Amino acid sequence: MHKLLSSTYKEILLLSRDMGGLVILFVMPLVLIITITLIQDGSFKTINNTKVPILFVDNDKGDISDKIFDNLKKSDAFEIVTQQDTILITEESAKASVLKGKYQLAVVIPKNLSSDLQKKVNQNVSKILSEFGVEDDTISNLEPIQAKEINLYFDPAVQKSFKNAVINNIDKMISKIESKSIYEAFQKELSDDDSEDNPLLEESNFVSFKEINPKEGDVEIIPNSTQHNVPAWTLFAIFFIVIPLSINIVKEKNQGTFVRLRTNPVSYLTVLGGKTITYLIVCLLQFLLMLAVGVYVLPYLGLPPLQVGSNFSTLFIVALFSGLAAIGFGILLGTLSNTPEQSAPFGATSVVILAAIGGVWVPVFLMPKFMQLVSNISPMNWGLNAFYDVFLRQGGLKEVLPEIGLLLLFFIVTVAISVVYDKKKRAV
Amino acid sequence: MSVPVIHINNVSKKYKNTDFFSIDQLTLEIEQGEIYGLLGPNGAGKTTLISMLCGLLKPTSGQLEINGMSFKKDAKKIKQAIGVVPQEYALYPTLTAHENLMYFGAMYGLSGENLKTKVAESLAYLGLEKFTHKKIDTFSGGMKRRVNLIAGILHNPSILFLDEPTVGVDVQSKNVIIEHLKKLNKNGTTIIYTSHHLTEAQKFCTKVSIIDQGVIISTGTPAVLIENTDDARNLEEVFIKLTGSALRDYA
Repeated sequence: MHKLLSSTYKEILLLSRDMGGLVILFVMPLVLIITITLIQDGSFKTINNTKVPILFVDNDKGDISDKIFDNLKKSDAFEIVTQQDTILITEESAKASVLKGKYQLAVVIPKNLSSDLQKKVNQNVSKILSEFGVEDDTISNLEPIQAKEINLYFDPAVQKSFKNAVINNIDKMISKIESKSIYEAFQKELSDDDSEDNPLLEESNFVSFKEINPKEGDVEIIPNSTQHNVPAWTLFAIFFIVIPLSINIVKEKNQGTFVRLRTNPVSYLTVLGGKTITYLIVCLLQFLLMLAVGVYVLPYLGLPPLQVGSNFSTLFIVALFSGLAAIGFGILLGTLSNTPEQSAPFGATSVVILAAIGGVWVPVFLMPKFMQLVSNISPMNWGLNAFYDVFLRQGGLKEVLPEIGLLLLFFIVTVAISVVYDKKKRAV
Repeated sequence: MSVPVIHINNVSKKYKNTDFFSIDQLTLEIEQGEIYGLLGPNGAGKTTLISMLCGLLKPTSGQLEINGMSFKKDAKKIKQAIGVVPQEYALYPTLTAHENLMYFGAMYGLSGENLKTKVAESLAYLGLEKFTHKKIDTFSGGMKRRVNLIAGILHNPSILFLDEPTVGVDVQSKNVIIEHLKKLNKNGTTIIYTSHHLTEAQKFCTKVSIIDQGVIISTGTPAVLIENTDDARNLEEVFIKLTGSALRDYA
C-alpha cells in the first residue's frame, strides 16, 4: 500500500510540474465547453430566436407578396432588407450579395404571384363547386396559369440544417397563405355575408403540436444546449487525459526511470495503479469543474444553467468509470508508443475520432446505419449514454449499469493488453 | 573460503532477430564481498550480462542464481536484495533530488523517518546536501550520477550492480563515487561493476573478468592478470593484448 501511495504522490508531483499538461487537462476543456455551448446555443437561436438579415425582392407588389413580407417580418427568424444604400434591391443585386456572403439568404417573389395565385385558387374553387352543381358557369375554357416559383438564393457557406429550416419556414408560410386564399374564395362563393367578422369557414389550425418532455416524478429537466453540451464535452475532456498520461509513460520509458523501476521490488501493476489513481482524481476534478461551470458560469454568459437533478451520486459514478476507461486507453497508448511524437498526435486524433463516432458532435441517431453500429464500440458513446440517462432521462444507477459495466470492461481489457504487451516486449 | 553470491552456469543470451549469441555459454561465480569488474569492448556482452543479473532480461538458456535464488521463483526477494545503478540517469528530471530518492526508497519498502534520514545522510555524504530540494534537471552530470548512485543503495543492498557509474563525470565526482563504493564494500556489499575506465578498474576491483563476444576470455585479480600477460604493465595493456586493437563499432 505504501508503494502505491508513493507512486500516486510521485505522479501528482510530476503532473503538478507539467504546466502544459495541466492546461490540457483543466483550461482547455473549460474553454471548449464555454465556446461550444455558446456557438451551439447561438445556432439554435439563429433558427428559432434571433433575427437573421435576409434580402427581399418583391417583383409581385401584390397582396401575396405583402403577406409574405409581413409574415417574414413578424417571424422571429428574419430581419427583412429590401433596400441597399436606399436603392431597391433587384434579383441580380440580391444574387450578387448572397454570393459574396454579405447575406445568407435572398427571397425573390416572382411577378404576378398575387394575381396568378388568386386566379388559380378561383379556378380550383369554381371547378370544385361546379362538380357539386353549386356554380353554373362553364369551366371548360379556363385560361392556363403557369406555376410560380419563389427563388431562394442561399450563401454557399450556409449549412444544410439552416437551409432546411428556412425552406420549411417559408414553405409553411406559403401553404398557410394558399390555404387562406382558398378559404376566402370558398367564403366568397358560398356565403352571402362578406363580413370577415362572421366567417363561414374557420381558418385556425385544428391540429397543433405540444412538446412534452417525459418525466418521472416532479422533476422536469428541459433539454437545451447546456444540458446536452456539458456531459458531452465533460466526457471529451476526461478522455483528453489520454495525451498527458501516454506521454508520461513514454517519458518514463525514455528517461530510464522505467528500467530502474523494473529492477525494484515493485510490480508494474502498482506503478500503473499510482498513475490510475492520480489521473482518476484529475478526471473527477475535471467533472466537478465542468459541472460548476455549467451551473454557475454559463448562466452569466446568457446560457441556460445546467440542471444537475437529484442523481448527483450516479453522475459521479459515471464520471468515475468514464475516467477509468480513458485511463486504460492512455496506459495502452503509452505502452505501445515509443516516443511522445507517436503518442501525442495519435492520442489527440483517436480521442477526436472516438468522440465523433461516440455521438459527441452529431447525435448517433442521425448517423448512417453503419456508423450507428460503429458508435457502439466507442467508450465515449457508452459514457455519453450513461450521462444522458442521468442528465436528461432522470435515470439512476440501475439504468446506467450496462454502460458503466462496459466502461469498466474497457479499462480492464486495455490494462491487461498493456501488461501482456509490456511482458512480451521485455522478453527480448 | 567465501560463499559465491552469484552463480552463473552455462548462460547464453540470443536476442530476437539476431543470428549470434550476445552471451555464449558463460559460467562464472562471484564471491561475497568482492568488487568484481566486468570489462570488455563495446558490444562484448557486459550490459546484457548485468541486465540478466538484475532481472531485466531472461537468459535464452542456462541457470542464474543470486544468493541461492533464481528469478523464476524469487524475483521479488532478489530485487529486494540487490541494488542497481544503471548507465543512464534513471531519475525524474522535474522532481527534486529529495523527491526522487524518497520515491525510489519507498519502492524498496523504506518509509517514514528511516527513509528521510537515509536520504539526508546519503545526500550529505556525496556532497549534495545543499541541492536536496533542487530539481534534477538543474544538476550537472556529476551531480546526477551521484543521485543515481544513491537511488540504488538506499536500501543497503547486499549486492550492487553498477553499469559504468563514473562515465561522463569530473575527477572530483568520480573520486567521491569510488570512495563511497569502497565504503559500501567494506560494510559487506558485493559490487559488480562494468567500466571502460581500466585504470579505475585496476585500482578499484578485487577481481575482474574480461569479456569479448559473449565469452569470458580471462579472469583473475588485476595483479595476476598483469603478471600473466607478456609485456603488460597495467590492465589496459592486458585488455588490448586479449581483445585486440580493432574498433568495435556496432549498431
